[in-house]
Amino acid sequence: MELSLATRTVGEHTVLEVGGEVDVYTAPRLRERLLELIDGGARHVVVDLGRVDFLDSTGLGVLVGALKRLRAAGGSFGLVCDKEPLLKIFRITALDQVFPLHPTVDAAIAAGSTGA
Amino acid sequence: MATVKLSFSPAPVHVRTARLVGVAVARRAGVREDLLDEVRLAIGEACTRAVALHRQYGLADPVYVEMSDGVGYTVRVVDRAPIEAGLGLAALGPDELAKESLSEDALTTGVGFALLAGFVEDLQVRPFDEGVGTEVRMTWPAGRA
Repeated sequence: MELSLATRTVGEHTVLEVGGEVDVYTAPRLRERLLELIDGGARHVVVDLGRVDFLDSTGLGVLVGALKRLRAAGGSFGLVCDKEPLLKIFRITALDQVFPLHPTVDAAIAAGSTGA
Repeated sequence: MATVKLSFSPAPVHVRTARLVGVAVARRAGVREDLLDEVRLAIGEACTRAVALHRQYGLADPVYVEMSDGVGYTVRVVDRAPIEAGLGLAALGPDELAKESLSEDALTTGVGFALLAGFVEDLQVRPFDEGVGTEVRMTWPAGRA
């Protein structure tokens, strides 16, 4: 399935819903969208991976890039993911210790507003 | 033993094709259904790595993938980059991953290797026998030969 990207705003948070396959071919589009959001002033970003059915190292690299950029700008970055196959990818790469991972968008927003 | 061979120009768009073919052949070879996600990811990572190396070294040569079902289901992914580039793989710890100074490319390479090592029980990375390059060889148990 092709990559899909949809943005919405919840309070001071920007939620980016990602769907489909995030791989070496599609990850540049995700990177571009995240940069647009951050350059456009978004400081509290939640990426919802709920509809992602494939995620590779290139996609993970893009997500870490956004996390670092937002932290440097004094913002926050959270990921929403509750699918076991994707969670396993985060555990195997040790990225579960780098990203704030949340089961729902609401939980990510609640954590983001307390500065996590 | 059945074999499917695929070679593709080193472009990111073709990695998905290699994943799709690799999983279709795995299913046909009798690899357990619950392993197919891992097969898909591992083939993708091995091909992504090969494409990145070819682009880094400006190589137009195709990336070669061979899938065969013998004792298990074996996938070989061969790149033609100089050997010193191919074997220097290392998984990164959480502290290194979060470092500001780590480039996105270096992070992606380290994470890609962690995924290969984590998802493939029988993984070998070795010099290509028939010329310059590296072969990533992955084997999964398969139900029928």
